[in-house]
Formats: sequence, structure tokens, C-alpha cells
Amino acid sequence: MCLALPAKILSIDKITDMAIVAVGDVKKEISLALVEDASVNDFVLIHVGYALNKISQQEAERTLQIFAEAGLGGGGPV
Amino acid sequence: MKYIDEFRQRALAQKLAASIQEEADSNRQYNLMEFCGGHTHAIFRYGVQDLMPSNITFVHGPGCPVCVLPIGRIDNAIQLLEQHNVILCTYGDMLRVPASGRKSLLKAKANGADVRMVYSTQDALKIAHNNPDRQVVFFAIGFETTTPPTAVAIKQAHMQGLKNFSVFCNHVLTPAAIQSILDSPEVRDIKSVSIDGFFGPSHVSTIIGSRPYEFFAKTFQRPVVIAGFEPLDVMQSALMLIRQLNEGRYEVENEYTRVVTREGNLKAQLLVAEVFEVRRLFEWRGLGMVPNSALQIKPHFADFDAERRFKLPAIQASDIKGCECPSILRGVKKPTDCKLFGTVCTPENPMGSCMVSSEGSCAAYWSYGRFRQPDDKTKREGVAV
Ligand code: SF4
Repeated sequence: MCLALPAKILSIDKITDMAIVAVGDVKKEISLALVEDASVNDFVLIHVGYALNKISQQEAERTLQIFAEAGLGGGGPV
Repeated sequence: MKYIDEFRQRALAQKLAASIQEEADSNRQYNLMEFCGGHTHAIFRYGVQDLMPSNITFVHGPGCPVCVLPIGRIDNAIQLLEQHNVILCTYGDMLRVPASGRKSLLKAKANGADVRMVYSTQDALKIAHNNPDRQVVFFAIGFETTTPPTAVAIKQAHMQGLKNFSVFCNHVLTPAAIQSILDSPEVRDIKSVSIDGFFGPSHVSTIIGSRPYEFFAKTFQRPVVIAGFEPLDVMQSALMLIRQLNEGRYEVENEYTRVVTREGNLKAQLLVAEVFEVRRLFEWRGLGMVPNSALQIKPHFADFDAERRFKLPAIQASDIKGCECPSILRGVKKPTDCKLFGTVCTPENPMGSCMVSSEGSCAAYWSYGRFRQPDDKTKREGVAV
């Protein structure tokens, strides 16, 4: 029920505020009514046919970096 | 980056597990409640519990909208079908939830009622457009994540002047529920269950942000870490909770920064505020009547409110005898404490909502075989990380 998936925006229909997104190899039509200024190639989190929010690549990389630093006593980079 | 595989890497999981092992104080117990069914699912599916030291226990909370909907509301939905002959649109999970008198939406459908499974509120609107002679009701359930899509549909129906579309609103609010758990007598009485910290909802928080949890982190002195749904997210968040507990802090921290901000999605919040208002009292399965814990449609959009249009009565229905869902939802009991678990009640033939939804604790226990381990703790102590 609460499943939401990261998806990449392939194209946007500005008039209907709908977009075609790719989840892996699967294409879907979703609504962009809930997000501000999403553009093609952005990643969004999709849920019940709507984009909930944009996903920040910078933050995702930062989080992965924190994981990589685990096991080193919380210390510096690997 | 695909934002999925990167957060499931085995090598990183081992590292995180080593950190947790190192930082968790072996002289104390850490009971961490995941509010969301999505976390419950990730913990079972990826065996996260097996990577944890034995003094860390995951307590499964009520964060599955299907599981917490009281039976009376499903009875109402069946009334809409049987007495008002509507087309009822709903998300798939609702179909098999047992209602009173051994009914369910699926059985009603088998008896000829017009139940349609939809993926999105947009589909429900399309069905209304395509069936102008029938009343179409969208059976709306879900937390803050699923509410904005319902708001969009109501606004669109309003703008289009749709006369045959309405919403049976069962949207509920997360912070009120967490507060109610911490207020409940079992939790206050430390002996029966204690919750030391919370994994905050991930997708709910994409909408409402991390700010709403600050109030009760402070009031109830419990740390909250907003945690993503992938296994590495859950492990990192466990580590962050352990650190807070070790240091005696109780703050709201955010592990899921790639989607969640402190403020959340303002556009979605404004839409919700335009269409919905807080309901004074709403019944939750397992938590009973919880004040200010749900939403109703504002008078401005009353024409699209199925409860008003069809004058739906409040129904008090009791749970199926022997089903322990209410205690499981409060984290007081485990699925294996239920006498019906795995005998009378299975995913093929669910007796309670926790077995129907894939995010429910009973379904997770069943699907991932936890119940086959007679004593989880002794087993876990043998796991090398
Ligand atoms: S096993 Fe079935 S009957 Fe028992 S608590 Fe879970 S859902 Fe209810």
C-alpha cells in the first residue's frame, strides 16, 4: 500500500501535467500535480500514480558515502 | 544511479552491521518501533534482524493503512455496494480484508457488486466519466502519502462539475497515531512493553516533512529517525537511533535526506489543506478512538463526500474472535502469540487485516518464515557479522 518507487521522467505533457516515467524497464504514466518544476531526466518518487517528490542525487550520494564510512568508528572517508 | 540497488549492497550491510555491533551497549536493551509497514517488510525480506545483536529488538507498529482501518468502515463500503448500487473503486489491498459476517469486498464482487480495483485516483475519475448513469465512489484509505492524490481527484471532479463521483474518506494522520501509542497504558507501564525509539515513516515524511515529529520527540523523550525503506537505510537508521539512546538524546534525525526535508512537500500540503480538515475523532483498529487522527472532506467540497451523499451510519463492529490484530498493531503482541496464526489464518484465508496486507506483521511473519524459529534470540546470537 505504501510502496513508492524511484522513477525517471522520460517526457512531460505540460497541458495535462502528466508524465511518462521509467521504473527499470517498465514505462508508466503518472501525474505531476504534486511536484513543483520537475523536468525530463529528473528522478521522482512515485506512489499510486503520482510523483510525491523529486529525489536528490546529491543527497543520495552523501547517504551512500555515510554507509561506506560505517565500520570505521564513524571516522573519515574510506 | 537507480536509487534502489545502491541501497541494498551486501558489503555495505556488513559494515553497518559491524558498526551497530560495536556501538550497541551489551548491558542494555534497545526496543525500536518501526511505525511503517514498509519498514516491517524490508526488515523481514532482507533479514535485517539477523544482522543485529540480540539486544536490539524491532517492534512492529501500526503503520499499515489497511491494517488499522476498523471493520465498521469496510461494512460501510459494502453498504454502498449493496444498498446504493454504486461502482466502488479501491486500491487492491482492500479487497480481501474481512468485514462483519464473513463478508469482504471480494465476496461482494463475487455476488455481483461492482467493485473495481484502481491503481490511481485518476483511474477512478475515468470510471466516473465513462459511467455517467452510475454513482462512482472512491474508497479512499491511507496515510499522508496517499491523501494528496485524493485531494487532486476531488479538486478535478469539482472543476469538471462531475455529478456522479464522490469519495468515502478514510485518510488518517501519522503523528496522532504515534502519540496515541506512547499514551497507551501498556506502553506507559514499562513492564509490558517499552519503546525506546522510532523509525519515522519515510514516504509519509516526503509529504509532511520531519518537523511534525519534533513535538513528541521532545514531549515523550523518544528519538525518531526518518528512515528510508531500503535495507541499508533501515540499518543506518538503527545505528543513528542507538547513538542517540547511548548519548541520552531524543531528537528528530533524518536518514532519508534524498527525498525528505524538514518542511516536506509544500505544494501537496496546500492541496490537502484546501480539500480536507481534521476529523475530531476516528476509530483505528488496535488503537480505538484517537482524537484528531483523521481527515474529512471540507464543507466546500461536500458534494463529493460519499458519507454525506449516502448518509452513511457509524457502524460499531467487533473484530473476529481470537484475532490479535489490535494488540499486534500496538506492538504489545507478536503474530505467533495469536492462536489463529498459521492454522486458521493464512494469507490465502486471512482472518484479520494484519494477514491481508503484505505490510502487515502477520503476513511478514508468514511470508518470511520467522515463525519457524522457535526462539529468535538464541538463533540470532549464533549469527556472525
Ligand atoms: S494471525 Fe490472523 S487472526 Fe491472528 S492476529 Fe494475525 S491476522 Fe489476526
